[in-house]
Amino acid sequence: MKKLLSILSVAALAANLHAGNITVKGSDTLVILAQKWAEVYMGEHKDVKIQVSGGGSGIGFAALQSQTTDLCDASRPAKAAEIAKCQVVFGGKRPTEYKVALDGLSVYVNPENSLKELTVEQVGDIFTGKIKNWKEVGGPDAPITVYSRENSSGTYEFFKEHILKGKDFVASAQTMPGTAAIVQAVVKDKNGIGYGGAAYGGNSKLLNIKRDDGSPAIAPTEENVINGTYPIWRHLYVYVNPNLDKGEIAAYLNWIRSDEGQKYVKDIGYYPLPKNLRSN
Amino acid sequence: MTPEPKSEQPRPHGWIGIHRGHKARPVEWLAEKFIFLVSLSAIAMVLLIFLFVAREAMPVFFGEANTALIQPTIPVAELDKHSPAELQRYLDLTPEQYKSVDHDTLLALMQGKLDEQNEVPENFRKDADARINTTEWKYLLQSHQWSGYDRPEYIWQPVGQIKKFNIIPLIVGTLKVTLIGLLFAVPLAVGAAIYVSQLARPRVREVVKPVIEMLSGIPSVVVGFFALLVLATVLQKIFGYQTRLNAFVAGIALGFAVIPVIFSIAEDALTSVPRAYTQAALALGASRWQTAWQIVLPAAIPGVFAATVLGFGRAIGETMIVLMVCSASVMSWSIFDSARSITTTIAAEMGEVVAGGPHYRILFLLGALLFAATFVSNMIGDFVIHRFKNKLEGKR
Amino acid sequence: MNGTQARHFRADKFDFWSFFFSGLTGLATLFIIGILVTILVNIIYNGWSSLSWHFVSTIPTDLFNMKTTGILPMIVGTTIRVFVMTIFVIPVGVITAIYLTEYAPNTSLITRVIRAAVNNLAGVPSIVFGLFGLGFFINFVGKNMDLLLHNPTSVWGRPALIWAALTLAVMTLPVVIVATEESLKAIPPGLREASLALGATKLETILKIVLPQALPGILTGGILAVSRAAGEVAPILLTGVCTYMVGLPHSPTDQFMDLGYHVFILSTQSNDIDATRPILYATVLVLLMLTFALNIVAILIRARVRKKLRALG
Repeated sequence: MKKLLSILSVAALAANLHAGNITVKGSDTLVILAQKWAEVYMGEHKDVKIQVSGGGSGIGFAALQSQTTDLCDASRPAKAAEIAKCQVVFGGKRPTEYKVALDGLSVYVNPENSLKELTVEQVGDIFTGKIKNWKEVGGPDAPITVYSRENSSGTYEFFKEHILKGKDFVASAQTMPGTAAIVQAVVKDKNGIGYGGAAYGGNSKLLNIKRDDGSPAIAPTEENVINGTYPIWRHLYVYVNPNLDKGEIAAYLNWIRSDEGQKYVKDIGYYPLPKNLRSN
Repeated sequence: MTPEPKSEQPRPHGWIGIHRGHKARPVEWLAEKFIFLVSLSAIAMVLLIFLFVAREAMPVFFGEANTALIQPTIPVAELDKHSPAELQRYLDLTPEQYKSVDHDTLLALMQGKLDEQNEVPENFRKDADARINTTEWKYLLQSHQWSGYDRPEYIWQPVGQIKKFNIIPLIVGTLKVTLIGLLFAVPLAVGAAIYVSQLARPRVREVVKPVIEMLSGIPSVVVGFFALLVLATVLQKIFGYQTRLNAFVAGIALGFAVIPVIFSIAEDALTSVPRAYTQAALALGASRWQTAWQIVLPAAIPGVFAATVLGFGRAIGETMIVLMVCSASVMSWSIFDSARSITTTIAAEMGEVVAGGPHYRILFLLGALLFAATFVSNMIGDFVIHRFKNKLEGKR
Repeated sequence: MNGTQARHFRADKFDFWSFFFSGLTGLATLFIIGILVTILVNIIYNGWSSLSWHFVSTIPTDLFNMKTTGILPMIVGTTIRVFVMTIFVIPVGVITAIYLTEYAPNTSLITRVIRAAVNNLAGVPSIVFGLFGLGFFINFVGKNMDLLLHNPTSVWGRPALIWAALTLAVMTLPVVIVATEESLKAIPPGLREASLALGATKLETILKIVLPQALPGILTGGILAVSRAAGEVAPILLTGVCTYMVGLPHSPTDQFMDLGYHVFILSTQSNDIDATRPILYATVLVLLMLTFALNIVAILIRARVRKKLRALG
């Protein structure tokens, strides 16, 4: 009996040890932010160990489904096929989606470009190739060079779905492997236009965006993104197996979305969640 | 197995036909078999590469994947009316997975399928494209007039509501970049090979050869980095074209990576032309250049050709350089337009695709295609070199 | 050159084109060397100033922060993955080379097929090796290991250091085979004959006479393989590398960070390319020093082996 008890206690200890270990995997967009959170949280909770690694949202979902990660960072919402695969192993439950940050997306042009503002529709038309010359939107008479992200990026998908309304990017769009590459290209190309995180504009010029013809042009500032007046923004997500969403993991997820956790979002170039979005 | 004189009589065999060596020197026998088996690993690897890359591409190959946006659904209530095989296919599960899930999970999965269909945006419901399975061979290889386009086009846009997987732009992009690279690299590398093997003084040769070979020691990610940061700017200044990053820059950078490959094979071929040829030509009063150009080069032409073919194989498979420099899947043969190669596509997109989904399968299909292309070019290159060497040796 | 001989040539025909084309090929050679020198000078000039002990010995918490970043995990990751690779590739490569030079009947079909396979393996695109690693090692070997071991969650069936190392081992197999074969051929046949004549068996001869002699060649092969593998990014892209992880890898099933991949990340994913350019250059310089140091050592050993080979032939 005594032996059995000791075995049980060792098992409990082992389970306990595991509970203090959180693995996070997924989107490269979020990996630095996830690391920042992990570092601060581990500093405050000495008994918790958090492992962060990147690879891509798809790799994160695959790991969530094979239960090799507790949390999956994603820069795009989960696809139906990914949810279904998770359901198979989660006993029919869908993975729980938490929105953890806002990403304001701005439209970059060359600093010498005289253009100041565009409507969302015009932005879409430029990226689908319907508008080919700057003079069609009130700019100089010059052909537009379109810079886009790799189709593996969450930003690309968001833009295609919400700004281009599901239409294809113009075939001649230069595909860049990162936001920085787009900014650099646009800064060097006086007819260039690109898109990416509002905080990453660098030396390029960020256009003010109008929701439609009648509305005012809004600059992609932090304030405008958070209060929702700036029209182009997306969420960043963390997904979790609902069966594991308790104890340490739940506490960590709560902390991420608290004032304390959201404080660090801005350091990485994203925007904190408005209060009303924090309760899921 | 020391070499033995061949005798007319059959060698003595051991018990039930096992080779005598098995009993006489068991360790030797075992070691030899072991060494032989290990040496087959290279063959095994080539076969495995082909098998497993092709295995992952299989569903697309046989048209089992379906990417149509709008698909027929089965109401949740009708769960029991369908056979397990039907449900398993409908829910896209493997047989093991199907067995492992309980009834409630099945219901949840069926509901998920319905939700997925309900979430299809309104503007796609009437679109004919939404009913197309874009992984059919027809859509992979032929142009198609998608809605919103005014003519049939080849489009690679694998992410979005209607996934367009036409691989022709990728093939064109690969060939374009590769050809630019070869046009740049072959004259330089062959020229240098002629110089080093025929014209240079021995002391110069001793230095120059390893220096050029050092170029192959630069990792391709470093060449890509150099092309992205430095070469692109320099070339744009020289040629004054519009877009900074394009197929031309990628091709030249690719040339950097291919030069050492072509150089060493061509130099080797030129050196292996028998000295008697050169000496005879020089004795007849030809200049060094005339000898190199009219005697040695023609004799070594198969070797130079093989060098080019092997260089082609290397260029077509180069990943990081093209990935870092250019990647628009535009259908254009202009060298100052961008291009997207097959390697880039695989490297850039694999991380974000749904594992096991159609996009994932098609990336493997592209890999198999690439493997086949390099396999053929390697075979040709090796065959030609082999023949060439044999011929020279035969004549000697 | 002898004066009369030179005059003899000129007197016969001074050929402008001859002169012109000789110059042209010389220029081609110079141009190639120029490319190499430009790349090296550019990287060393820009990278040297930001290289510091702190930079190579720090585990970073923010990849793009100029002051606190470091590349220790990348150096460690790259080193471990090539080290694990050599454990697999060197025995297999050396044994194959022994078979090809010592045992194989020169003209038999199987020998020719092995040679063709080795040549082919050398030409397979690196990204295809990545796909192979994903399709074979991770999705087949790893998944089945998990099934066999009854792991509740997947341990082996996911990208990991061990799979990246194995993928690289397959990729560098031809490098080791070719280098070893070359050095085995450079051993005088007389040595083998003497050993056999003294009554040693073939295996004994190989183990005690041939292999010790071939050691420099095996070493060259190993070093060349390591230097090739250290700079390769494409095969590990799909089999184990990650953009960022906390700390160093602890087990073969961990993922890892990598120098080459870090160069890619810094030059494409950085928040502000102009600001992070110094750390990018410094990382490139470290990677280049690593591969070049290995290469130069290999070239030096190889030159010795070749000299021996020439003396024989």
